[in-house]
Amino acid sequence: MTVTSVHKDPEARTMTLTAEFAATAAGVWQLWADPRRLERWWGPPTHPATVVEHDLRPGGKVSYFVTGPDGERSPGWWRVLAVTAPYGLEFELGDPGIPALLVRVGIEERPGGTTRMVIVTTFPTTGAMDQLIGMGYEQGLTAAVDQITDVLGRPAAG
Amino acid sequence: MVVDEVELDDVFHALADGTRRDIVVRTLRDEYSVSALSRLYPMTFAAVQKHVAVLERAALVTKRRSGREQLVTGNVDTVRRAARLLDQLELVWRDRLDRFGAILAEDPSPGDPA
Repeated sequence: MTVTSVHKDPEARTMTLTAEFAATAAGVWQLWADPRRLERWWGPPTHPATVVEHDLRPGGKVSYFVTGPDGERSPGWWRVLAVTAPYGLEFELGDPGIPALLVRVGIEERPGGTTRMVIVTTFPTTGAMDQLIGMGYEQGLTAAVDQITDVLGRPAAG
Repeated sequence: MVVDEVELDDVFHALADGTRRDIVVRTLRDEYSVSALSRLYPMTFAAVQKHVAVLERAALVTKRRSGREQLVTGNVDTVRRAARLLDQLELVWRDRLDRFGAILAEDPSPGDPA
């Protein structure tokens, strides 16, 4: 199992995944920086990714599509915000059907020759969802909103 | 990521408006006619009907006809589905990182891309 920890912070709307690899930071970085290597892990085997554009510079764009079992292509993109090769990367991730997410990747070599990679995904600011949850509570709608609350954070008390 | 035909960004878009959120919250609790809803907001019947249509497309409410009235009910399942988005994302990233690790295990110090 690659992932060593997953932490969800509903208040900050973030999900942090930490993974450790027996590789150098440069080796880990290559899997982001080389589009052919990126294609090997980005999409699941049922939906392999094909990278079309790959400009890993602030303001640059990475675009790709994944191909489903029926041949249907579904596009996705990154808008690159910051790059510190080989130690980090920040981008906005757009996939069809879901709101855009902010993704921050940190790569750090550890004593003993391993490299730790931390991925922080920030859920978009959904003031709307918060408000819905808040209103739901005010109106005693716990049954309907309990599950959103777990994910997106509790409304401010009072 | 398509979940049961309704795109979650339609759901979030629909929820981005205060009137529509209010309609969802109210109709999760009670069934309302469109005309009853339109009396709650400082806008025309047609405007409220449009909001209801946006919510209906996002599957946040369902509408049924009763005589001359259109009755609107909130859809808890869609609200829950939006809530599950983070869980789905966790699975997506876990799988990605498993593949990432597998590639590195094959070739821990790749050289420059060919």
